[in-house]
Amino acid sequence: MSIFQYDFMIRALIAALITGATAPALGVYLVQRRLSLIGDGIGHIALTGVGVGLLTSHSPVLTAVLVATAGAVAVELIRQRGRASGDVALAILFYGGISGGVFLVSLAADRSSTNLTAYLFGSPLSASRGDVVVMAILGGAVLLFGLVLRPWLFAISQDEEYARVSGLPVRTLNLLLAVGVAVTVTVAMRAVGLLLVSALMVVPVATAQQVSRGFAGTMRVAMLSGVLAAGLGIWISGTRDTAPGATIVLVAIAGFLVAAASSGALRAARRARARVPAPPTSAPPVPVSARDEH
Amino acid sequence: MVRHGVVAYGGRPVLHGVSVSVSAGEVVAVLGANGSGKSTLVRAALGLVPLRHGSAELFGTPVRRFRQWKRIGYVPQRVGAGSGVPATVREVVAAGRLARRGLLRPARAADREAVDAALAAVGLAERAGEPVGTLSGGQQQRTLIARALAGEPELLVLDEPTAGVDAASQAAFAAALRGFVAGGGTVLLVAHELGPLQPLVGRAVVVHQGEIVHDGPVPRPAGHHADPEHDHVHPHPPYDLPGLWNAQ
Repeated sequence: MSIFQYDFMIRALIAALITGATAPALGVYLVQRRLSLIGDGIGHIALTGVGVGLLTSHSPVLTAVLVATAGAVAVELIRQRGRASGDVALAILFYGGISGGVFLVSLAADRSSTNLTAYLFGSPLSASRGDVVVMAILGGAVLLFGLVLRPWLFAISQDEEYARVSGLPVRTLNLLLAVGVAVTVTVAMRAVGLLLVSALMVVPVATAQQVSRGFAGTMRVAMLSGVLAAGLGIWISGTRDTAPGATIVLVAIAGFLVAAASSGALRAARRARARVPAPPTSAPPVPVSARDEH
Repeated sequence: MVRHGVVAYGGRPVLHGVSVSVSAGEVVAVLGANGSGKSTLVRAALGLVPLRHGSAELFGTPVRRFRQWKRIGYVPQRVGAGSGVPATVREVVAAGRLARRGLLRPARAADREAVDAALAAVGLAERAGEPVGTLSGGQQQRTLIARALAGEPELLVLDEPTAGVDAASQAAFAAALRGFVAGGGTVLLVAHELGPLQPLVGRAVVVHQGEIVHDGPVPRPAGHHADPEHDHVHPHPPYDLPGLWNAQ
């Protein structure tokens, strides 16, 4: 672990760990609503924000948060309308976002030597102390939001119509969730890049689903698996000199494959045991318990 | 309590100026064939479907201005079968408590007790920790009823609570409803057929092609349906309306 004697490696690790915990904490709500790819689209829109920041010499993170938030609110409003044409509207928004970003970054190219790839695929190794502080603040806020409001966000994601008849402020919660996703995307931009953000919002949740029984359990396991993938990914990329963002995502996917294979094997074993009465001493392995205490 | 003069839906009228009101303590069944508009009627009363003309009121307040949602327990037609992420029975039922809990207020002992009581009322206490997705259709339906009961409502609105539900679940459901009515609760339920709920229902509203064709005592079943032992298998052919509703 000697690579962590360098400050920039430590900063990269912290940046990745923040992302690993934050992205699945909000991603779980998107997966629950079957909107897994929305994070990807908002990442596209955020690139325009990066371009605006570089062109106007503002912090790209700040402008990305603002533009991504505006984009996420627009996406949510299109979703609430529930029109058939909403699909096309989203596509235009997403591709407009990414091409606008590339266009603006190219305009700014003579002013700064920024590499577009750093924003698209992440560059945690170049994160400054200030970057990490901003990430920690934004990530902490998003995490708090996702955890404290869990019963309410769960209710609107699980059955929106019922939530409305319960008198919950469904529209406000939906918009807040959209803003949370936008902030998460921007937080993760540094670590894994805008094109890979969605992977960390979705893959750890898919992994957790293999072993958990409830929503709260899924969220906890997803955050744990996101943190593990981020830490391991940074370590591998530091020692083997691989692209950090892509390495983190590949580690997360490997984690999913392992979880899926072992839970499949476990189910098969349990089914076999059910057919042949087993001695009562062999207690079946209990999956991660998901008792909800809120 | 719930009053209408309704017409509704897209370009196609589904309800043609119907009026119904339910008073406290009543158990009212809205009956009708598939597509008769019976669900639309109830959904309009809850403000889930906009009215083109007419008005809907809940507890004397126009539905648009109604805020006391904790007085209502709603059981929709069926859970959005298996959402993306697993949820335990208890988690789903606890969502029914949020109407009483208020935003951001942590759960108190009373909230947990209400959830426990609701689970027990539908006979799912031992399955509280299991994922809803692994339960049978009838047990999933009971989970939704427990969710509505957890909010300790005054009025229970159920949309087809017994459609495609196994006998054991129907019995558990009837028992839960009996307990709710005994406690002074009001019930408005949409049904295709009443089954074991029949003795509980005091009044039937029959909707046919968007109009109310009967409002009064529960019509006596006729023909094939008259046999108390008849085996009703879902999904089933279009309601044999003439034989049933003209028989009274």
